[in-house]
Amino acid sequence: MAFNLHGIRAIYGFELARTRRTLMQSIIAPVISTALYFIVFGSAIGSRITEMEGISYGAFIVPGLIMLSLLTQSISNASFGIYFPKFSGTIYELLSAPLTPFEIILSYVGAAATKSIVLGLIILLTAAFFVPLRIDHPFWMLAYLILTSVTFSLIGFIIGIWADGFEKLQVVPLLIITPLTFLGGSFYSISVLPGFWQKVALLNPVVYLISGFRWSFYSIQDVNLEVSLGMTLGFLAVSLSVVTWIFKTGYRLKK
Amino acid sequence: MTDILKISNLFKKFPSGFEALKGINLTIAKGEIFALLGQNGAGKTTLISIICGIVTPSAGEVLVDGHDIIRDYRQARALIGLVPQEISTDSFETVWNTVVFSRGLYGKAPNPELIERILKDLSLWDKRHNKIITLSGGMKRRLMIAKALSHEPSILFLDEPTAGVDVSLRKDMWELVRALKKSGTTIILTTHYIEEAEEMADRIGIIRQGELLLVEGKQSLMKKLGKKELTLELQTPLTAMPAGLEVPGLSLRSHGAELVYSFDSKGEQLGIAGLLQRLSDLGIPFKDLHTKQSSLEDIFVSLVNDQGVGHGV
Repeated sequence: MAFNLHGIRAIYGFELARTRRTLMQSIIAPVISTALYFIVFGSAIGSRITEMEGISYGAFIVPGLIMLSLLTQSISNASFGIYFPKFSGTIYELLSAPLTPFEIILSYVGAAATKSIVLGLIILLTAAFFVPLRIDHPFWMLAYLILTSVTFSLIGFIIGIWADGFEKLQVVPLLIITPLTFLGGSFYSISVLPGFWQKVALLNPVVYLISGFRWSFYSIQDVNLEVSLGMTLGFLAVSLSVVTWIFKTGYRLKK
Repeated sequence: MTDILKISNLFKKFPSGFEALKGINLTIAKGEIFALLGQNGAGKTTLISIICGIVTPSAGEVLVDGHDIIRDYRQARALIGLVPQEISTDSFETVWNTVVFSRGLYGKAPNPELIERILKDLSLWDKRHNKIITLSGGMKRRLMIAKALSHEPSILFLDEPTAGVDVSLRKDMWELVRALKKSGTTIILTTHYIEEAEEMADRIGIIRQGELLLVEGKQSLMKKLGKKELTLELQTPLTAMPAGLEVPGLSLRSHGAELVYSFDSKGEQLGIAGLLQRLSDLGIPFKDLHTKQSSLEDIFVSLVNDQGVGHGV
C-alpha cells in the first residue's frame, strides 16, 4: 500500500457528511451572520460612509467579511474534526489505522478547507445580492481563498489536538482570530489609521491576508502584494512544521 | 506453526514514571487463540495498545507477521483489527456507514457483500440504517467487533470483549471467536474473566505488574499447576489421624467425618489408589468419595498472589 487513498477518502467523506448533518451550523449560520454584517455595516452605517479608497463601502468590506468567515470557520471545522474523535474515544481507530501523518492531515485539513472554500464562495454570492461586486484578479482571489483556508484549517487542526476541553476549542477563534480579523482591516483600510497605529497594525498577521485578498478584488492594497503573499505562505509553512512535529512526537495524541 | 506476532523485550514507562511493561517477551502462532489474563492495571491494555500503534513503546521490538510496528507500521497495522475495551463510537453515524468507514481507513476498497455478511453474522443487519446512539450496549459491543473485522484482519485483538455484557451475549461472543478461529484469524484477548480464557484459549499468559508471569498451553497449565482434591466421607468419624496415615496433603475435616487428600498432578505423592489401599489395610471404611480439580481461576489467583513466582517465560 503506497498511498492509503481509501483511508483518505473515508475520512474526507466522513467529515463532509458531518457538514451535511450540521448544515445549519456549518453553512447557514455563517451565511446569515455575514448577511447581517452587510445590512448593518454595508447598508445602515455604510450609507453614511460614501467610499473607502474609491470603492463603495459595502463592496469594500466584502473581502474582509469573507476572510473573517474563512478564518473562523476553517479553524472551527478542523479543530472540531480532530478534537471530537479525541473526546469520543474513536481516535483509537485513526491511530491504529495504516495511515501516514500526511494522509491524516490531508484528509482532515482537506475536508475542513473544502468546507471553508465552499462557504467563502457562498458568502461571495450572497454579497453579490447586496453590493456591486467586481473581481479584478479571479485567479489570485481563488488562490488566496484556498491558501488561507488550508493554512487556517491546519491551525485549527493544531488547536484540536492541543485542546483538552471544549472551552479551549473556542478560545483561539474567539479571543485571538476574531479580534485580529476585526482589527486587521476587515471593515476599513489601515491607511485611515493614525501613523502610529498603522505601524502597530502591521504586526497583525491578518492584515496581510485581508490586504492581499482585497487586492484580488479591487487592485487596492494596504501592504505590498509580495509581502502579503509571502506572509500567507509563511503561515502555511509554520503550521505545516507544527503539525509535522505533532505527529513525530505524538504530542497529545499518543501516550 | 508460523509465528504471527513476536514481542521482544518490550518496555513501557509513562512520563509519570509508572512502568506499565517491564520486558515482555511473547510469541503468538498463526491461528491460535491466546488469552492474556491479569488484574486491572496489570498492563494488558498497554501491551495491546502498543502493538496496535496507540501507545508508543519505551524500548523493545514488536513484529507483526515480520513487520516492525514502528518501521513498517503501515504493513503491520493493516493486519490488525482492534476491539478496544471502551465502547467508542460516533453516536450520530449509522451502523452501516461506520463499518464502511472502518474498512476504508484500513485502505481496503469498498466491499458491500462482506460488510453485509459481517453485520448478519453479528445480528446487526436489521439495524444497519439505525444511528449508533439508538443501539443497546450489547449491540454497540457487537458493532465494535464488526468495525474491527471490516478490513479482514489476520490478528484480532479483543480487549475485555465481554466486560459488562450479559451471559447470553457472552456465549454468543465465544461462538463468534471460535468461528473466527476456524476461518484462520489469530485472536488475542485480554480478560479478567477466567472462565472466558478457560472456555476459549489455546494458550494463556498471565501478566502481573507489567511482567509476564507465565505463558502456557491451557491444558498443560491446568495439568501442571492444577491441584486435585479427593474427599472421602468416612463411615465413622476419626478424632485424630491414625498412625500409618501421616501422608503429606492428607487432613481431617468436618470434625473428622471427612478425610481430604490434596495432591497436585506433578507430585503424585501417594496417589488415589495408594491411599485407598492404605485405608483398606487400616480398616477405615468410607461411604462416599468425590474429587475436585482446581479451575483456572484457582491457578490464576494462586499465581498473582504468589510473590515468589519466577519472572518471564
